[in-house]
Amino acid sequence: MSDQIIKRFMYINRHAPYGTIYPVEGLEVTLIGAAFEQDVCMAFIDDGVYQLKKNQDSAATGIKNFSRAYRALGDYDVTRLYVERESLELRGLSEEDLMELTYEDEDDDWAEKPSIQIVSGAELTNLIADQDVLINF
Amino acid sequence: MKFALMVNEGPYTHQSSDTAWHFAKAALDQGHEIFRVFFYHDGVNNGTRFTVPPQDDRHIVNRWSELAREHDVDLVVCIAAAQRRGIMDEKEAKRHGMDSDNIAPGFRISGLGQLIEAGIQADRLLMFGD
Repeated sequence: MSDQIIKRFMYINRHAPYGTIYPVEGLEVTLIGAAFEQDVCMAFIDDGVYQLKKNQDSAATGIKNFSRAYRALGDYDVTRLYVERESLELRGLSEEDLMELTYEDEDDDWAEKPSIQIVSGAELTNLIADQDVLINF
Repeated sequence: MKFALMVNEGPYTHQSSDTAWHFAKAALDQGHEIFRVFFYHDGVNNGTRFTVPPQDDRHIVNRWSELAREHDVDLVVCIAAAQRRGIMDEKEAKRHGMDSDNIAPGFRISGLGQLIEAGIQADRLLMFGD
């Protein structure tokens, strides 16, 4: 484990969940990385917003449905998932189409709070500029 | 500057491994440090010594191995991604009952923690791929 350095990591997800392996292997990195006690967040842009779509059913493709794994993120202290509004709108999606992902806020008597935040492209640009390490999937 | 590289695409199909190698070589030639090169997704296919390209083409795998030998660069292949795609060192091959390993010289198989550590320790983590 690294000596006390805490960096801001952002995992940027740009691909639809099942067409390529990037999302599922990307999620593996995010979950493993959580053990390193860094300042971690995720962003979902372009087709990446489909990763958070509720009621995913991949059975007909023969590819494992890994969407439930996103629910574990809160328990791994990955509590900020930024979804770009423009990417949702371009695809005819809104916040209601996304899974309800939550985390328990230890600084607020373990109150259950939403992990997903819908942000504009301009807001996301500022968030990206604030990071130390960007990992794209 | 201390760089870490991440290669996410397979050799020959995609330019990402070529570009990463050229970057690493140029950075080393100018006195920078390459902390680690981490191979993920289909990028793990850059680490098989069974690669035999036509003689008039560049040998992408050997080129990485030479870089590791000459500059002591740490080439790490992700174990989970490697298992999916059939890249094994001697220990992994034995564990899975395979008749041979295929990892190329200079590469080692390890976990995703090596990528996170590279992100923490390096001044810049650069990704090569889609």
